[in-house]
Amino acid sequence: MSQHPAGAADHGHGHHDEHENHGSLKAYVIGFILSIVLTVIPLLVVFQTNMSKNGIIITIVTMAVIQLLVQLLFFMHIREGEGPKYNVMTLILGLFIVVVIVASSVWIMSFNSVVQ
Amino acid sequence: MQHAIEHNHSKHAADSHDHGHHDQESMKVLGFWIFLVTDCLLFGTLFATYIVLKGHVDGGPTGKELFEIPGFVAETFILLTSSFTSGLAVLAMNKGKVNQLIGWLIVTAVLGASFVGLEINEFVNMVHEGATISTSAFLTAFFTLVGTHGLHVSVGLIWMIGLMVQLKMRGITSVTRRKITVISLYWHFLDVVWIFLFTIVYLMGVM
Repeated sequence: MSQHPAGAADHGHGHHDEHENHGSLKAYVIGFILSIVLTVIPLLVVFQTNMSKNGIIITIVTMAVIQLLVQLLFFMHIREGEGPKYNVMTLILGLFIVVVIVASSVWIMSFNSVVQ
Repeated sequence: MQHAIEHNHSKHAADSHDHGHHDQESMKVLGFWIFLVTDCLLFGTLFATYIVLKGHVDGGPTGKELFEIPGFVAETFILLTSSFTSGLAVLAMNKGKVNQLIGWLIVTAVLGASFVGLEINEFVNMVHEGATISTSAFLTAFFTLVGTHGLHVSVGLIWMIGLMVQLKMRGITSVTRRKITVISLYWHFLDVVWIFLFTIVYLMGVM
């Protein structure tokens, strides 16, 4: 009798964990291949093409952002887990602050030298 | 009767304790996630500083003269692969295979160590060429940004070695499971930061 509920709880526990970590080998391999491709493309763009400087910058930054998403989805399993997505909310807030810090620092520092 | 009630009570307490324990572990993972987001802010400010000071070379060497292409490309692929192998470690953990888990952690740690080795080598070469942290504002920002990332990787290595010892001693429990989940998140995060270092510092530096 005392064994049974413990066993059942254990089973539920194991099941819950399985549910929590969907990560399959397939997802990791796809994520890895995509990451390699998204790393090789910027290398080719920088060293093998004659695009304009701005074109290159836009392309490689786009590739970096896509790779960030690939890592979040395939490696860090951001979509998974139950209940409210506090992790996604925190991440969005954090990324917003990062973008504001970087963009406004660059903007104000460049503008500053123009004014002087 | 008294005994039965006590028994029931203690069973109930154990159950709610188990449940509470589980909740606590997932709260700890969330807490770590919040730490990672604040770490993003740290790197964000360092990136902002670097981008602002990038052109301020003060007559010293520029990124184009200093960065060695094979070096940073190798570092990128090594870190990318180690991010993948730390994912494989989590897969092995989910299957309950402790030896396989430790094996993948060793592979991840070896790759991480070679990354740190290459980076130290790169820094030493730069210093020998006279490009030290005090040469120019550009180099101050560069060494601070890249060095902070390298320090994170080094701390992760020590942490990973500690976890391997703990896994060997205790096996896969709900506590070690949470710890492995957390360190793999940390490792993927470091890879993401490196992608931006690779793009903004190195690729734009050699353009």
